[in-house]
Order: sequence, then structure tokens, then C-alpha cells
Amino acid sequence: MSRIFALLLLCLLPFGAQAEQVVAALSQTRVSVNANFDGSEILVFGAVKRDKPVPTDSPLDVIITVAGPEQVETIRRKDRRFGIWINVEAQVIGHTPTFYTVASTRPIADILPPLTDSLWKITADKRILPALRGNPAREALIELRQKDDLYRTREGEVVLSADTLFDTSIALPANIVEGAYATRIFLVRDGEVIDSYGTSINVQKVGIERWLYNLAYSQALIYGLMALAIAALSGWAASEVFRLIRR
Amino acid sequence: MQIFLPIAEVSVNAFTLLGLGGIVGVLSGMFGVGGGFLITPLLFFVGIPPAVAVATSANQIVASSVSGVLAHFKRKTVDIKMGVVLLIGGLVGSAIGIQIFNMLKALGQVDLLVTLCYVVFLGIIGFLMLIESIRAIRRARGRPGGRPARKKHLWVHTLPFKMKFRASGLYISAIPPIAVGVMVGMLGAVMGVGGGFIMVPAMIYILGMPTKVVIGTSLFQIIFTAGFTTLLHAYTNHTVDVLLAFLLLVGGVIGAQIGTQIGLKLKAEQLRIALALLVLAVCLKLGIDLLIPPKDLYSLGS
Repeated sequence: MSRIFALLLLCLLPFGAQAEQVVAALSQTRVSVNANFDGSEILVFGAVKRDKPVPTDSPLDVIITVAGPEQVETIRRKDRRFGIWINVEAQVIGHTPTFYTVASTRPIADILPPLTDSLWKITADKRILPALRGNPAREALIELRQKDDLYRTREGEVVLSADTLFDTSIALPANIVEGAYATRIFLVRDGEVIDSYGTSINVQKVGIERWLYNLAYSQALIYGLMALAIAALSGWAASEVFRLIRR
Repeated sequence: MQIFLPIAEVSVNAFTLLGLGGIVGVLSGMFGVGGGFLITPLLFFVGIPPAVAVATSANQIVASSVSGVLAHFKRKTVDIKMGVVLLIGGLVGSAIGIQIFNMLKALGQVDLLVTLCYVVFLGIIGFLMLIESIRAIRRARGRPGGRPARKKHLWVHTLPFKMKFRASGLYISAIPPIAVGVMVGMLGAVMGVGGGFIMVPAMIYILGMPTKVVIGTSLFQIIFTAGFTTLLHAYTNHTVDVLLAFLLLVGGVIGAQIGTQIGLKLKAEQLRIALALLVLAVCLKLGIDLLIPPKDLYSLGS
């Protein structure tokens, strides 16, 4: 049904506007965070679909972005007061993704004019609170996240073969935040985005991780008592074990 | 072996956590301190979010204290009566302390106050203990084999409501232990620790209890204060990570047993010098952090 719909849509589109289309897939659309989760590699791959021969006059480029769930952050600034370093200022800064990666076939500055970049919010600079550009707190947030390897720019890491097949791998970090990771794929030619495709990767805790997390939030008192019981029991067990060893 | 912690939401090495728990457990068993003032900064260092680190270390302290106190029970070095009196004061103190903490939170700068509290109290206590125990060792050297002089009549012995604390060999008023409990409970709530490192010297120097009984009694009292803190954090902030606590306490309970053995072999003065040096080291580290320019002027936090 959806295929027929897509086909219909294709016919309705003005001829030429959609001369090249992106068809993409992910190696996995669900990431399960279990007890031994240590980051994950997601392969993003696809092809360029076209009904005419490959245009040779200008190069084709592919840009892939992955953005983690958004959070509101407080950014504190330290300063020296009375000889000691203390937090002097706290600023609450609007929704920013906890993770952001941009991968491309070539340096983005070479393939995308700033205006197009702004329009599609592709680079971190255009995607992360562009309205607050120049605000030291916003710059600090981007810098801190880059230092933690949460915001990454991977220029030249998307491999495009024969102007048709492309692929790259996106590394999700070990200290991951649960939620939907919005993935976008852009086809760029002559500084214009000629097609884009969006999907998402769902990151979720499973098994004991899920169970403990839910219990901690929905049955906080029981969870707390359980934590105490575990603590008291293991304290007792250790004492008994040592008594037996010493005997 | 990497392990993902469900509440802290970070992936850390399980052996690092076992080791951390072990080290703190040894100290806990040796000195009768819960180790909160050590484990919390250590957890920050391995990348656990501060709120989770504070709450979870309270949980781990319960385990190592239970393990330690049972070893002391077998040797009859716990003054339960004294522990209960201290605990009554402690719970009152905690309630007051939490009020003060919330008041300061509303004013901002609570982090700074906590750090300053640490530096000042650790500094004073560490310094006083160090001087006192060095003096005690000198005195013991001067009179080899001789018993140290009987404790002088302290001012605490003149107050009313006298009670007999048999295990401590004391017949003193209930007012000083309750006051000590209140004071420690208050500081503990503000600083987010069990308060053993304040309690132990207070019991030795203010109440005049024998060092061997002090450790078991302090551990006994800490179980309840740390347990209360854990429950409060789990219920209101959802910041207790059981998996993290479990890894820490497996190391911790074993460490506490080893620590108790070491503690029994050491002389009381040596024990006090070691604790004093440890307290001073933590104080120095925290103090230096306040004075040197930070690597990042900005920090992220919720």
C-alpha cells in the first residue's frame, strides 16, 4: 500500500525536481542497552536512485546527521572570588541534543553554502541553538560536548562509490541517553540539498536495566528498601564468610 | 569488564568499582568511618554523576558498616547503649541539617558551602588528631610498658542525667552524647556523609570513650543514619543506583573485614595517626581545588 502511495507521489512530482533520490537503511533501528552495553556502531548505507544517467558536470555529496534526544541544560561559570574559585553564574539553556554527529563525503564548507546549512540545520554550529550564537554559555556547551566526544564532525567519512552507493558508520557512545536518535541523510549537489531522508534509531534499556530503572521511578520506596536489604544482607554474608574462613 | 549502570546511565569498568569499594571498605573497618567523604569524590572521578554518587555511596556505606559492626559485635567492642543515645541525637540533627541544607540551596552556593565545610572540618579534626596521637606515642615511649595515665575528670562528667555505659566503661551524663549526635547529624546532612570522621574524634576527645569501642559504636550508629539517607534519596530524588551500589559493596564488605583485622593489630595511637593523615590528605586535595584555576570555567549540570 505504502509502495503504491510512494509511486503515485513520484508521478505527481514535477519532472526534474526529483531527478535524484536517496534510498537509505540502517544496520539497526533499535539499540538495546543491557548491563554490558559499551557503545554501539550503526551502519548507515544506501543508494542514489535516478531515472537519468549520472550528471557529470558537478559532484554529488552525501551528508548524514544523527541527533540524540533533547535536554535542557544548566551551564555554570566559575570565577575567582576572595581568592577561591566558585560558581558565580548559572544559565539555563534551551533544548539541545545530548548527542550530535555530522558525517560527510567532503569538508562541509566546500559543499554547502552557509545559507543552505542554516536552512537545513546541518552542522553543529547551525543545529545547536543558532539563535544564541556568540553567547559564551552556548559556545562552552558545544565545546564541552565536543571534548566528551558527544558532538562530532566526521568530514570525509561517508564513502560514496560510483556516485550511487554510500555508507558510513556512526559510533554511539557508552554513556548514552535513552530515546529516539533522529537520523537524516542529505544529497547535495551544487550547494543545494536535492533530496533528504529521515528515520530514527530507538535507544532503549532492556532486561534488568529496564526493570531497575522503572522500579526506581515508579516504586521508589520499595526500591529504596530493596537497596537497603541488599546492603544489609551482603554485609552480613561477608561477615559470615570471613568467620568461616578464619575458623 | 564494562558494565552499564541503569540509574547513573554511564558505562564503567566493573573492576574499578570493586577496587574502589574495597579500598573504602578497608578504611571503614580500620577506622570506623563510613568512608562517605572518600568514596563520593572517587566516584565523581570515575565519571558517575554527583547526585547519583552521593546517594549511592550512602547505600554502600550501609553494607560496609553492617559487615564491620558484626565483626565488632563478636569482639564485644560495640556500646549499643551509647550508639542508641547518639543515634537519637543524630536523627534530630539530620532533620535540622536538611532544613539548613534546603535553606542554603534556595540561596545558591550550596556546593561551595559543602566544600568549605569539608575543608574546615577535615582540616581541624585531622590536625588536632595528628598532634594528639603524636603526643600520645611520645608519652608511651617515655614510659615503656607503663599504662597511660587515667583520664582526667572532664567537664562532661559534671552534667546531670548520668547514665552508665558499661561497654565504654563510662558513667556520664546523657547530654554530651546527644549533643554530639545532633552536631554530627547536622553536619552529616549538610555535607552528605555519614559523619563517622567527625563522630570518631568526638567520641574519643569529647566523651572520653576508649578507641577500640569507638569504632564499633560509630559503625553501629552509621548504619542507621546512612540507611535513612539512602531511603530519602531513593524516595525523593531517584538517585540510588543499586547496580553501582552492589559492585561497590561487594568490594566494600570484603574490605571492611580485612580492615577490621588490620585495625585490631594496630595500636590505638597508630590508628589515630593514620586516620588523621588520611583526613588531612582529603582536606588538602579539596582545598587546593578551590585555589587553583579550574581547567574548564564552564560546567554542565542539571
